[in-house]
Amino acid sequence: MLKDITIGQYYQTQSPIHKLDPRVKLVGTMVFLISLFLGRNIIMYVIATLFLAAMIKISNVPFKFMVRGLKSIVFIAVFSAVFNLFLTDGEPIVQFWIFRLTWEGVEMASFMVIRLIYLIIGSSLMTLTTTPNDLTDGLEKGLGFLNKIRVPVHEIAMMMSIALRFIPILIEETDKIMKAQMARGADFEHGSLMQRAKAMIPILVPLFVSAFRRANELATAMEARCYHGGEGRTKMRPLKYKACDHKAYLVLALYLALMIAIRVLRGGALI
Amino acid sequence: MALIFDKVNYTYEIGSGFEKHALKDVSCAIDKGEFIGLIGHTGSGKSTLIQHMNGIIKATSGNIFFDGEDIYDKDYDMRKLRNKVGLVFQYPEHQLFETDIFKDVCFGPRNQGLSEKDVQLRAFEALRLVGLEENLYYQSPFDLSGGQKRRAAIAGVLAMRPDYLILDEPTAGLDPRGRDEILGHIRKLHDETGIAVILVSHSMEDVARYVDRIMVMNQGQLIFDDKPRNVFAHYKELEQVGLAAPDVTYIMKELRDAGLDVDTDAITIEEAKESILRLYKGIKTC
Repeated sequence: MLKDITIGQYYQTQSPIHKLDPRVKLVGTMVFLISLFLGRNIIMYVIATLFLAAMIKISNVPFKFMVRGLKSIVFIAVFSAVFNLFLTDGEPIVQFWIFRLTWEGVEMASFMVIRLIYLIIGSSLMTLTTTPNDLTDGLEKGLGFLNKIRVPVHEIAMMMSIALRFIPILIEETDKIMKAQMARGADFEHGSLMQRAKAMIPILVPLFVSAFRRANELATAMEARCYHGGEGRTKMRPLKYKACDHKAYLVLALYLALMIAIRVLRGGALI
Repeated sequence: MALIFDKVNYTYEIGSGFEKHALKDVSCAIDKGEFIGLIGHTGSGKSTLIQHMNGIIKATSGNIFFDGEDIYDKDYDMRKLRNKVGLVFQYPEHQLFETDIFKDVCFGPRNQGLSEKDVQLRAFEALRLVGLEENLYYQSPFDLSGGQKRRAAIAGVLAMRPDYLILDEPTAGLDPRGRDEILGHIRKLHDETGIAVILVSHSMEDVARYVDRIMVMNQGQLIFDDKPRNVFAHYKELEQVGLAAPDVTYIMKELRDAGLDVDTDAITIEEAKESILRLYKGIKTC
């Protein structure tokens, strides 16, 4: 059950996308997300779908992996779909009691759900093709200009990469603790809401204790290796743009330009 | 009365591309009162195997019978199995959650639905069995040493009065003294209560001294299942799967090769000592 969470998971394989500079992938993900929120008509979503499908195809990551991350947002997706369906003003299709189903509502709801799904798939694609280390390097270099206004970019990037790195560890730990308490007769599936909340204590307490222990150990290990933040720190493999990265930026620029052009030309029209 | 595995298979992450056959056609029978060592290299499937024993993992195929009942029957009550087969995970001290040791040990028996009096009785009994001093019972787990915490966690499982106790690497991360203490207490526990013990380890040295039967796992398969001396006789094969017989076995083999008539079956230092002394005495009297 806990294995369903794929956020931050890396899928090891060979592909042009894996080889790209992490900065390109970060920008690419941002561009894709922006394009999704620009989307107001079907043509734009068709283009976004084609773009995403092409990227998945090139990335060589099995489609199953992208979809696995979706399970966690089913609730939010359904929730927002229902609200958009019934609470959007417009021309009613069906009307009963206080509920009113409108064309605009159907439109909004389906766009909303598609946006959410693509959002997750798009960002999963980035984490699946980029190791957490690369991702942090990319963030650090890409946001390096913020250093000038005294934002501790390196430290923030380091914290992010540690957080990402710890997700699978903590998931595994939770799984282990759950099994251990199940072996002692703990029951997480039956009983009232209150009882089930209480049943979480034997999991949460050891989990927190272990998280603190790990944080402490990691801090000690970093200090033992003379870690002192980003100042004066050099990289073993400094990030450098290659030809394929420039090509990828070109593709991204074309994609974004196309989306903006359609948005401007078609305005609020559905098709 | 036994725990029987019949051609049990288990595959991790079916359909994900990372499929891994953790267990392949494992068949074995474990009787009440046995003391078994389960040995295998990291990733050989031993942890997976023991998690099948109390139904926490469900086999992909094959059957498991406990006291003559199929545990995968629809109307089989898994709780019955978990009450009888106690499983102590690796680093069990990481699962302690209560404010004091005694309350934590009470967790298992309380889940069994016993009266408060019985719960406390069993907790006391279990803590006594693992040899924890009484002044530690009401201490926070944080105030105990690693070995003490581990014994408290083992007591937490023992308090459920299982007939079978499975311990996954109970000595991992302990110093030699803590290791000998834990293993000594487990042996004593076995002798006093007649509980069946399955000791999972990758250290032949640890296991050889205590157990009556050894099961060796390699790549998901059970490759040996016999008395320790019979298993160690296959030391060449054991080496091939990344394991080794106890050091004593090698010394005795070399002595034999050097022309001394020693007992190559010796698996503990005591046995070896006796065998060598016997030989020495023999030479003297001649």
